[in-house]
Order: sequence, then structure tokens, then C-alpha cells
Amino acid sequence: MGSGNRTIEVELSTTGMDSQGRPQRIPLVTNDGGSPLDIAAPLSAEPELSGDHMLINIGPQHPATHGVLRLVLELDGETVVRCIPHVGYLHCGFEKIGEYRQYNQIIPWTDREDYLNSIGNNVAFALGAERLFGIDITPRCTVLRVIAAELSRMASHLVWLGTFCIDIGAFTPFLWAFQERENIYNLLESWVGARLTTSATRVGGMAADIPSGWMDGLRQFIRNFPQTLDEIDRMLTRNAIWVGRITGIGVMTAEEAINWGLSGPMLRASGVDYDVRKDFPYLDYETYDFDVPVGTNGDVYDRFLVRMEELRQSVKILTQAAERLPDGPVNIDDPRIILPPKSKATSEMESMIHHFKQVMEGPRPPIGEAYVAVESPKGEKGYYMVSDGTSKPARWRIRPPSFINLAAIPKMVEGHLLSDVIAINASIDIVMGEIDR
Amino acid sequence: MTDKTQIVTTGRALANALTPVTPRNIAHRGGEPNPSAAAIGEHFLGYVVRSEVIWGETTVYVTRASVFEVMQWLHDDPTQQYDFLSDITAVESRDFEQPIEVVWHLRSLPFRRFLRVKVQLEKNAPLEVSSVWSIWKSADWMERECYDMFGIRFKGHPDLRRILMWEQYKEGFPLRKDFPLRGRFSRAEQLRQALAQNPEAKYSMEELSIADAFEDLPSEMRQRLRKGERTGE
Amino acid sequence: MGLTPRPETRTVSYEPQNQEGWVATRLDFLVNWGRANSLWPMPFGTACCAIEFMATAASRFDLARFGMERMSFSPRQADVLICAGRVPFKLAPIIRRIWQQMPQPKWSISMGACASTGGMFDNYAVVQGIDTIIPVDVYVPGCPPRPEGLIYGIRMLQEKVMSERRVDNRLREEMYPDPTSQLYIPPSVIDELGEPFGNSVHQTRSAP
Repeated sequence: MGSGNRTIEVELSTTGMDSQGRPQRIPLVTNDGGSPLDIAAPLSAEPELSGDHMLINIGPQHPATHGVLRLVLELDGETVVRCIPHVGYLHCGFEKIGEYRQYNQIIPWTDREDYLNSIGNNVAFALGAERLFGIDITPRCTVLRVIAAELSRMASHLVWLGTFCIDIGAFTPFLWAFQERENIYNLLESWVGARLTTSATRVGGMAADIPSGWMDGLRQFIRNFPQTLDEIDRMLTRNAIWVGRITGIGVMTAEEAINWGLSGPMLRASGVDYDVRKDFPYLDYETYDFDVPVGTNGDVYDRFLVRMEELRQSVKILTQAAERLPDGPVNIDDPRIILPPKSKATSEMESMIHHFKQVMEGPRPPIGEAYVAVESPKGEKGYYMVSDGTSKPARWRIRPPSFINLAAIPKMVEGHLLSDVIAINASIDIVMGEIDR
Repeated sequence: MTDKTQIVTTGRALANALTPVTPRNIAHRGGEPNPSAAAIGEHFLGYVVRSEVIWGETTVYVTRASVFEVMQWLHDDPTQQYDFLSDITAVESRDFEQPIEVVWHLRSLPFRRFLRVKVQLEKNAPLEVSSVWSIWKSADWMERECYDMFGIRFKGHPDLRRILMWEQYKEGFPLRKDFPLRGRFSRAEQLRQALAQNPEAKYSMEELSIADAFEDLPSEMRQRLRKGERTGE
Repeated sequence: MGLTPRPETRTVSYEPQNQEGWVATRLDFLVNWGRANSLWPMPFGTACCAIEFMATAASRFDLARFGMERMSFSPRQADVLICAGRVPFKLAPIIRRIWQQMPQPKWSISMGACASTGGMFDNYAVVQGIDTIIPVDVYVPGCPPRPEGLIYGIRMLQEKVMSERRVDNRLREEMYPDPTSQLYIPPSVIDELGEPFGNSVHQTRSAP
């Protein structure tokens, strides 16, 4: 794990073409710390300058902190000696608000908590609430939620890809990633009517079934998306500058990663094949054929590779889900939980009373508690709900994966250069709305 | 033309007989308990208050004094191997008579088990419980958040400060049930206090070293830090 | 600021044969035209709206068409503060500091419901509208606003800039509450006045 030399084949604009007209690849050998071996390493015998360490403050308003993170760094020259992250600048009291809202009314808040993955959060929350209510959803709804969750994973990874590239110094992939993201937005908008804050699920079903012709749009997206991904892949994965910039930094070994509670691509890049979709499956994920990408070195480059591979695997899952989407109802048939159709609620007295009671009082789960975790793009996202028999949860807890991933940043950056802090921070894929909640 | 890189290996593509499946038709109470619950009871006599299964998830209530010992055993014992700490949080009931519960969600990645451990803290005693920071490093921020939101002190945590609210926050612990949704102070007072923060407050070298040497600090300084006072510019 | 009449824009045409290379215009118009079409935004992105702001800046909506090619992440080289996202109390001194660091002339856009009014976060942690901290020129509604909505807000700001007059110094004055003024109301009185609608009452929704 991170020991010894490592060879990655890279392309340079100066190495010319091979016989098949592709850019010629040369092996780039890097050592443990990630610096290329054929480039003279900086002098180890740097003059020892006397003087105090310097304190530098990054954030809360800084373009490379992906929001309002504040890092207080203690520097010895350019080397980070100590890093103290400060969070909470976006603390909005989600969990407190959840205690004052009915289960269906909480769903709009889940959009805005990890706002890159809003529809995935809707799915996760609905799964948690359904566990608490003790209901099983319909087969069509299950497949629709898989489609929603995977689209959302791709959208989130695309934002990560774009901002990660900007942080490292490449602007073009940002534009390409956002172009594809606009296509996902279009799909979501024609389904649920919103680009970003979807509020797509309800307890026991979805807010809406997909409109007619929607699957054609999805299939077109599945066809076109890998081309963009290949383009980004060709641009970055073998790029000598890119590889040299991000290999060997921010290494977490497998044991450290588990002990620090990392999850998602951060954990898998360290070589631990823990994926909630495989280990604690939900939404019938065990019946889909997909791989779990696992890294070997646990550095920033491996996190990049893992996320790129996850984008491809999401396409694979989407293809299977599009094939198997069954007909049938989306919502379960349970008048204690599901609202009557709007047309009936405005024309029939019984339905209107039913609608009124459902909206004003809300469905009541039995006394109990449930912790339901899903594999969000950031890691293990858990919703822990405690019901005391009323229509509002006594406690709604979000297990924020990027909060816990970010807690390991002092471990990852200490000993590296200041410029590597930006790359390591970007590789965690933090989203402050989820960290601070 | 997928350009697979050789560095990333992919595994576990298809389900096999050992693969867990999506749970269905879960019973509200009852159901198969996690074997670890019985194992704790056998290994530590008198530590387990009770255990129950709700919606297929096993909850073990342990006594307050035994938390650290039980957690250490769950982490280290080769038959348990709870190596992944999912979550630490607390639950306060709407019924003010009920005790506050501290909840640990543990996962065993090798055995694919999930266990919930709970401790009940009576409100008439100080809200204190052992920290599990020395077992799982991931407990660091989760315990700080629990302290920030509920005021529960974790004994043995190296740097128990507020994390989400600012350090001079005076209104109390927001997720306690006696804390009103909009805070205790009026909006004008809240804004005035917020704007009185110094956005350029630096952290002293002394504070930067706290994580290493918290126990060596003089007791009055530890008190001051526990109360959340800033140590100057 | 909106009360000043919009000046008529007149240019004097010239005869190309005998008088080449000059154009006459009003100084106000020229300066405002230059300012309005080269606004440098300072994106103060905190939450969901920042993602829509990024989408606005990216290829499909292309904010550069409106003279906003250069994102200024340093407040000292910025003209417009675009506050995109919710502002909790912990962030309140930060945004005020950033606003004070921006040089005149400066404008601000409050993007989204949370920045404008607190939005759906009516709780202990969130500032109920950034106009309690800094002056705001344009409010863009939406949760989050679509990129088209943000662009419309930016166009409105450009119109506002075009209608400014250089002799009117009041536009560039920075006002702070003066406790000696007759108009000053101490916060305690504001609390009293605003109590039926403000904080500390009607918090019974917590009852299950």
C-alpha cells in the first residue's frame, strides 16, 4: 500500500505517435511520495531557516474549498505541519427542522442537504421512512428509484470531476462535465419538474411516474454519455502533467481508511471493497450486474480512477434498469399512507376528507427506529429516524459521509506541500451542505 | 473504446450464493437478532441492560460504565470485528421524563453485521459517557457534533469543542427538545451576536497543540477550553 | 436609487467625409455603459444556488455573454457580490467583511429564496435575508433560481447601472445605523414591534 515505486504509462505531447496513430505512451516511474524519479528530486538538504512556523488561513470564502470550509494550516516553509479544519459555516439546522415536519414534508429538505445528489437523497429518505412504516414498495417504483439514484450519482460525480479539474488547473473538462450534467437536468426536469431540487419521492412511491417517451431520452443519454467520458478519459488519465500532479499524495492505507470511517470512493480507493449496494443491499441492487472499482494505492489518483470507473458502472446499471422496467403502479395501494388522486380529491367528498386528513395530520408510523444507509456518491449515507408514534419523527439524524471523510483531512495533508492540500481537499468530494447540515 | 487503467481492479460483479439480498417483509418487532448481542451478554455479565430487535435491526442497551470496554471488545475480538463505526448520535424523547440515549451504529465489514449500541443517560446526572475516539478515529468529529448539539460530554475525547456552532454561541444546545426551533434569543439579538464574531480570529499555537497535549494542560485551561472560551487573538 | 429618472441616451452623428474618428455622448452614459457591460462578479456561493450559478457560468448558459467572463474570487477586484445560497449566522460576519472589502462602485445580487428571506430555513441557525447585513440591489427568487432567472436578474442590474448618474453621490454612500439619529430604533423596540410576526411566539408547531 503506497510502498515502493510505481509505474504508470503516460502520454506527452512531445512523445509523438505510435504505429497506429495514437499518442505514444512512456512509462512514468514514481516513488512513494509520488514524485517522478527521472526528474531530479528537490534537494533534501534544504537550508534550515530559523523562524516561526507560519499560520495560513484558507476560507471560508475561497474558490478551492468547494463552499465555506475553513482550513487553518501551520506551514514550515511550504510544507504543511498541521491542519485544522473548521466547519459549520453552513449549519442550517436540518435535523431540528425535521422534528417539526411530517415524513413527506421532510423530503424537500433532503434535496438541499447534499444538493449535488438531491434525488438520491430523496430515495434514501423514502427508503428509511418506509422501513419505519414497515411497507414494501412496488417493483416499478424500485426500478424507477434505481434509475433516479444512478442518474443522481452521475450528476454528482460530474460536478466533482469538473471542480476537481479546475482545482488542479484544467478548465475544459469542467465545460464538458457540465454539458452532460445539463442533459441529466433535462431528464430530471421532464420527470419531476425541477432541475436541482427534485423532491421526487414520497413515502410508499414516487411523486410522479415518468412521462411517456422519457425512456427514449434516457436511452439516448446512455448511448451518448460514454463518448464524453472517453473524451475526458483520453484527456486526463494518461496525461503526464495530471498524473505527476496527483499521484502519491493524500495516501490512506486500508486500515487507516476503515479506522477513520471513510466510505464510498475514498474507502474503495484505499483497497477496501465495501459498497453498501453490495454488502447491505437495498432496491434489489444485488440483482444488477456491476463491478465495484477498488484502488490499490489510496492516493488522489486512485480516487480519480475509482470515480471515473463508477461513472461507467452507473451507465451499466442504468442500461439494465431501462431494460427491466416493469409496468404497473408506482405507489403502493395503502390509503393510510398514499394520498388519493388529485382528480378524485377535488370531486368526491370522501376523497377530499381523506386528502385533508392525510395532509393535515399525516401518516403515523408505529413506535420504533430505523437506520437505513445507501451508497451515495460521497459514501455511506444513512438516515436514522426515531418514531414515537406521532406523525413527526422524534429524531431525524443524517449520517453525512463527507463530514466523516473530511475529518480525515489533517491525516491526509500533513507533511505534504501547500499546493497538494487543494488537490487532496478536492479529491474528498466534499459538499458543505451535507457536512454542516 | 474504454481505456481501462491497470491500476484499478474491479471485483464482485455478480451476486453469488453468499451475497446478501435486499430485506423484504421485515417484522416490526422480533426477527432474528444479531448474534453479537447474545455474545456481549455472555462475555460481560451484567453489562447488557436489555436487547431488542426493531425492524430487523438489533439494539443492545448497555450500562453507562461499560461502554468503552464493550466497544473495545467488539472492535478487537476476532469473532466480532466491528471495525467500522458508522455513526454516533443522541436521541432525546419528546417526553421530558425519558432519559437521553446515546447511539452508536457499528458495522462489521468482514461479517457484514450491523449493530446498534445504546446508553441511557438520566437527565438528573451530568451527561457524560466514555469517548471511543481511541478505538475509532472517526469518532472525533461525530462526538464533537454530539457535544455541540446535545451537550453530552465524552470523557477522553482529546479536543471536545463546538464544531458546527461558533465557540461563543450562548443559546444552548440546539437539538435538545427544550430548545425552541427559532432559538432562545430574538432575531435582532441573534444577528447582533453573530456579527460580533471576529471573522479573522486566529488560533493560537497553544490551541493548535491541544490535540497532542490536552491532558497535560493545566486544569483551569482545560476548564476554559471545555467552556468554549477562545484563548485570545 | 430607483427614483432617479433614466437619462435619455443621445449620440451626435458625424459626417465621415470631413470629421473623422469622434463621437459625442454623455459621460454618464459612457461610464455606465462601460460599467454595466463589464461587471465582475464575486460569487459568494454557499449552497444549492452556487451549483446553479456554476451551471449559469458553464457552457450552455454562458454568463460571459453579459460581460461576466471574469469571475473575481477576490472581493477587492469585484463589482457585484452574488450571494448564492443560504447564509447562517456563523457566516454573517464573513459576508459583511467581504462586502466591506469590495471597492466602490459595487452592487449586490441576492440569489435564491434563502439569501433573500431565509427561505424554508426559519430556524435558529439561518439569517432571515442578507438584507439585514448588507444592502441588496436585485433579489432573484427561486429555490434555486434557474439560470435564466439569474440572467434576468443580472440584466435588471445592468439596467439599474445604466440609470445611475455620476453627480448623485448618494448612491455611493455607505450607511451605517447612527444611534443619535431621530430615525434610529433600538433593537429592543424592533423586537417589541415585530413580535407577533417575528421570533419567540407561535413556536407551538413542535407539538406532535
